[in-house]
Amino acid sequence: MKKALAVGRKEFRQIVRDRRTLSVLLVVPILFLLLFGYALNWDVRHVRLAVDDQDHTTQSRDLVSAFVDSDYFDLVGAVRQDQIRGLMNRGDVRAVLVIPSGTGRRLLAGRTAPIQVLINGDDANTATTVMGYAQALLNGLSTEYRLARYPVTGRPPVTVEPRIWYNPELRSALFLVPGLIAYIAMLTAVISTALSVVREKELGTMEQVRMAPLGTLSYVTGKSLPYFLVSMISSLGIVVVAMWLFDLPMRGSWPLLVLAIALFLAGGLGLGLLVSTVSDSQQVAFQIAALVSFMPTLLLSGFIFPIASMPVWLQVTTYVVPARYFLVVLRGIVLKGVGLPIVWPDMLALVAFAGVVLGLAAVRLRREWA
Amino acid sequence: MPGRAAMRRTLYLMWKELLELRRDPRLLNIVVLAPVLQLLLLGYAATTDVRNVPVVVADADRSAASRRLIEQFNESPYFTVTHVVTTVDQITPYLERGTAWMALDIPAGYGEKLGAGQPQTVQVVADGSDSNSATVGLGYATSLVAAYAQRLIAARSPAAARAGLDPRIRIWFNPRLESRDFMVPGVLALLLVVVTAIMSSMAIVRERELGTLEQLNVTPLGRGELILGKLVPYAAIGLVDVVLVIAVALLWFQVPLRGSLALLMALTLVYLLTALGLGLFVSTISDTQQQAMMTAMFFFLMPMIYLSGFVFPIENMPRVIQALTYLIPLRYYLVIVRGIFLKGVGLETLWPQAAALAVWGVGILVLAVARSSKRIA
Repeated sequence: MKKALAVGRKEFRQIVRDRRTLSVLLVVPILFLLLFGYALNWDVRHVRLAVDDQDHTTQSRDLVSAFVDSDYFDLVGAVRQDQIRGLMNRGDVRAVLVIPSGTGRRLLAGRTAPIQVLINGDDANTATTVMGYAQALLNGLSTEYRLARYPVTGRPPVTVEPRIWYNPELRSALFLVPGLIAYIAMLTAVISTALSVVREKELGTMEQVRMAPLGTLSYVTGKSLPYFLVSMISSLGIVVVAMWLFDLPMRGSWPLLVLAIALFLAGGLGLGLLVSTVSDSQQVAFQIAALVSFMPTLLLSGFIFPIASMPVWLQVTTYVVPARYFLVVLRGIVLKGVGLPIVWPDMLALVAFAGVVLGLAAVRLRREWA
Repeated sequence: MPGRAAMRRTLYLMWKELLELRRDPRLLNIVVLAPVLQLLLLGYAATTDVRNVPVVVADADRSAASRRLIEQFNESPYFTVTHVVTTVDQITPYLERGTAWMALDIPAGYGEKLGAGQPQTVQVVADGSDSNSATVGLGYATSLVAAYAQRLIAARSPAAARAGLDPRIRIWFNPRLESRDFMVPGVLALLLVVVTAIMSSMAIVRERELGTLEQLNVTPLGRGELILGKLVPYAAIGLVDVVLVIAVALLWFQVPLRGSLALLMALTLVYLLTALGLGLFVSTISDTQQQAMMTAMFFFLMPMIYLSGFVFPIENMPRVIQALTYLIPLRYYLVIVRGIFLKGVGLETLWPQAAALAVWGVGILVLAVARSSKRIA
């Protein structure tokens, strides 16, 4: 234990002496939270809309103002049919409302009036949201026209009352915090550990370490302890800053949160060690570590891309991505205020992941040292 | 002739780099194979489509009418009804555990009152901790119920159903609204920058850390030659990557290529140089490889991913941050790659992005050369 602490002290001194690394680890995550907390969101507002009004009646003008007054759409201007393609190609407008001539007449006569909405679908996610807005607006108007004519039979028999739990204003900062913690913890734990071990190999100081009366276990513990502490501090820093600036509700228990972060970090450190045993140069270690931690945490954790929409074989693959469980646990503790009775399966998965990678790393390291 | 000598020196350095790469087959394997494997895997993951949303239903009514409403949800590709319970309180654990993302609450007496002609309201609860899926899911649920209501009106009074508007929404460029066609080019761009920038960010600092930079310093090799000699071998590898990932996107994912392949390759090459230049720049401003890694990851790659428009649309960001995104080369390349793939546009539309990318690339390489000179002298 003493030996482990000695290695830890040496490693810690190296981190502290390297001002840039330390400040990157402690300050940059919080800066990112500030930047991304304000910058990133899915709410689609100010959709640039062009209108091709071929009808020019009171009804068609009502339609246009329904879009403009909705605060989802910004009217760019009136266009003619032949200008639409150019505008869409350049991305100058995202949606075009086409009102065919005769719309006003049809509406007054109680007949169906087709209305066309063209949406740029290159970004499928935004397009889906815009489609939802347009549909809701047109449905609302449609009901008004119908009720004016058929006050009884035209009433929609079923309507929806939408409710959102846990994050009623759908603020993206709340949804980003768990993801960012997972991301930053993964990066520091995996990549820093991998690099710091391989660095000793590359610089030749590994030989000295091996000659010293030091077991694998104390070496590994000492190596990873400082990174563990630094990552823990920066993760908790993110939570505190988010609570303060973005009114992140911390609804669950702090000890459980710390435990979850600790388990996740243990898995990350283990993964880093494992990477270090399969690489001889920092360049290789960095590549492997980035590929096993950076990309999967971004894409396979359910942070941004919903797992339920992935193909089944890929959904199965996500079970080996620890961030997947960590996100469920974090969102559960922080936003939903749930405790162990609910999140234990995911906590258990984190334990299992940490156990497996640490075990593998120990086996490989011992073989390397022998 | 000084030009010739310089050329020879640069070539020697390139030769040395290539020998080193050959000696380290693992790096070569990773750098060439990993992007392909990752694209194969992640191309499937990166979809923002919301499908098969797990729904828990609290059916307090248990009537034929309530079952018909549930059926509407189950038949839609967007929802999967996973559990049916009786009271509203019972839905909480499903949402807490995350086994259901949405809940549909049908009040008692729904069927009876509906039959009597009284309009009914059903409640739909969404888990807002994943705000995007919540928004999209609620949108789907609202239009699904609206369409169902329309059919009920039509059954009762065809004349009333005919009155009103008929929204005909057409989606251009991507009629099936598959986010894959949009995301695969994005993942391609991201992988290229991750692999090449990481590779080159270690290039010079590695020599510094191992002490061999001193040796290079005493040779007559100039700063520009150092950067060029490091750049070209990596660019060669990067080019292999480019060909492979574009092939995967086209042949495996069958992303439609509506524009010109030659233009795509040419502009990808510019992008590649930008990414490599960025890595080399990081390499010249770092003292250890660990520092280079931190700088590359946190200062460059993270902002690039989030602020480039890869997933989060730039037009949703506040003005100040929108201005900031102009500093990000990936932003331009994303417009280019998505434009060529999905819209089939050419240089006549993309020239501003292409020019910005080129300026960025040249600028960062000049900076890298300038920085390296200070350290070498």
